[in-house]
Amino acid sequence: MTKLHGIASAIRSCCAVQVGRLVAEAYRRSGRPGGTFKAGSIALRISPDVLNVLSSPLDVSLISGTNGKTTTTRLITESLSTHGHVVSNSLGANLPAGIVNAALSAGSDTRAGVMEVDERYLPKIMDETDPKTVVLLNLSRDQLDRTPECRNIASLWRQALSETNATVIANADDPLVVWASSTAKNVVWASVGQRWTDDSWYCPACGDQLERDDEESWLCVSCGLAKPLARWVLRDETMLDTLLGTSHRLQLRLPGLANRANAVMAIAAADVHKVPAPVALARTALVGGVSGRFETFPYRGSRVRLLLAKNPASWLETLELIQDSPEVVLAFNARNLDGLDSSWLWDVDFSSLRNRSVFVMGERRFDLAARLHYDGVAFDLVDSLDEICSFGEHPHLDVVANYTAFLSAITTVRGKTSKGAGHAE
Amino acid sequence: MPNDNLTIAWVYPDLLSTYGDQGNVAVLAGRARSRGIPVEILQIRSGRLIPASADIYMLGGGEDRAQELASDRLRADPGLRRAADAGRVIMGVCAGYQLLGTRFLGHDGRTHAGAGILDARSHRLEQRATGELLGEVDPELNLPEITGFENHHGSTALGPGARPLARTIVGYGNGDGSEGAYQGSVLATYMHGPALARNPALADLLLTWATGSTLSSIDDTWMEKMRDERLHHLGYSRSGRQTELSG
Repeated sequence: MTKLHGIASAIRSCCAVQVGRLVAEAYRRSGRPGGTFKAGSIALRISPDVLNVLSSPLDVSLISGTNGKTTTTRLITESLSTHGHVVSNSLGANLPAGIVNAALSAGSDTRAGVMEVDERYLPKIMDETDPKTVVLLNLSRDQLDRTPECRNIASLWRQALSETNATVIANADDPLVVWASSTAKNVVWASVGQRWTDDSWYCPACGDQLERDDEESWLCVSCGLAKPLARWVLRDETMLDTLLGTSHRLQLRLPGLANRANAVMAIAAADVHKVPAPVALARTALVGGVSGRFETFPYRGSRVRLLLAKNPASWLETLELIQDSPEVVLAFNARNLDGLDSSWLWDVDFSSLRNRSVFVMGERRFDLAARLHYDGVAFDLVDSLDEICSFGEHPHLDVVANYTAFLSAITTVRGKTSKGAGHAE
Repeated sequence: MPNDNLTIAWVYPDLLSTYGDQGNVAVLAGRARSRGIPVEILQIRSGRLIPASADIYMLGGGEDRAQELASDRLRADPGLRRAADAGRVIMGVCAGYQLLGTRFLGHDGRTHAGAGILDARSHRLEQRATGELLGEVDPELNLPEITGFENHHGSTALGPGARPLARTIVGYGNGDGSEGAYQGSVLATYMHGPALARNPALADLLLTWATGSTLSSIDDTWMEKMRDERLHHLGYSRSGRQTELSG
């Protein structure tokens, strides 16, 4: 009976793979959008085990955390590509259907699967893919109207990580990530910073207050949970490998501290996959944009740089990144994909935008307007990028947008540039 | 106010600051300063004693575990109780609301004692109550409708000592058709995050209670536009009437 059941299940999985590939191919040929989701979800409906089958010949790396998933996934993909073909859900479709869809594109020469995973689904995807590495970036408040609070996610991870054979690459500066990872057998710690501390004032293990020392280290005096000694350390623009005693200068095309942190996490993961740090470093340095993020587009006489910021921690990083930009556009929506609740705008300190030229747009621009009002930031309310570009000269605009506002912005600037001579940098 | 400064104590920002709660503190401070009142903000982390001398106390929302930790610490510290006895203004949001009450059911399935400042008991819901909230305020308070976003796991039953803040038009609130509570100068709501940004009149009510004086009107252009946009989204115009355009 069990044997028959096993055979039936194997046939179903095989069938799921074939049908999934046909659907993916049909979408590719027709040029219709939505294929990244459809093929994966059909395959999953035929066989819930399909990912197990698809991932078994691959070295799998899973990337999760609140911020930096898509970028880090891209950087690891670039690094592992030195060893052969890699499949990846590079466009950020990080739910099971998107991951299955990416895995469906693997061929006989594919060596690795690099998958970004939604925080909630990490235990399930770990269970199905038996990953070689799991990369855990950070945890902070994000879309609380539809996702669990961060300690609950850390708790889910902690349980799953206690049973894994994977090597976990974990951010030593995030107490929630450290607590979650400390049950794993093999952990490589990387100290890449976590400037946002408002979700980790208290110890995730025992609840007592954490002592902090200038962002350099943290410790719970009551239970002893503390920042672990890290093998990989990000210090300004330098990455230290404390095991080999080497240091590498990070010269990335991607801007900002958060991206340097993503790069160190990626290089640490690549090291476990036997890609030497200097090789991974050279590959990651070449990445200039990730699905439009951080890319600059010519648009109606302006150069428009697009930045995605979708929760307080990522706004904190992004406002730092644009501190020298003279003209800033903030675009804010609150659709399902963004989280319907705009409350978190009040967790962002916008005061660094005082005395700068600020434009505000998006479906929930009044929420942003009220927030800026209380932070003493003057601004102009606009309907669109076109409205900004139609009056006066704006040589360089930095557009900071949350998820669906970002998608609108990229459609706007790409729509015009694709017909003209311009291209993304 | 004991002196000319308005002192706002933000109670346990390390435990009770989940999603924009600091907005309430920022709005109170901003609205007082706009009227020429100097403001001092005290952040009382949970390792510290709560002073009894502040004018307004703010308790925000918190994750399940943080709420239970806050409850232990609040009961060990008489500061907030003394402030309540002295008639100081206290506002609780979400977890902060439940903590001000007499007891609440924790995520561990145990009943925890609250600070006992508000005659309210909270239970745990099977499903989270999440979404926009709109309520018609108790006429005694003479305020326009309240609008906010709720995201909580609790229902709350009020005892005879407390009155509901509002009648719920949209949303779950306390779970019995009412939303929030007030009792003397203690006010609580399930509208999480910056409830006072969406409801400047409610912020001014607290400031009036705290200062004992009538407040001049200030520029609320953006807050009013935000309110109108949210009310319109729910299919209501001002004063809580359903609009003909509503879908």
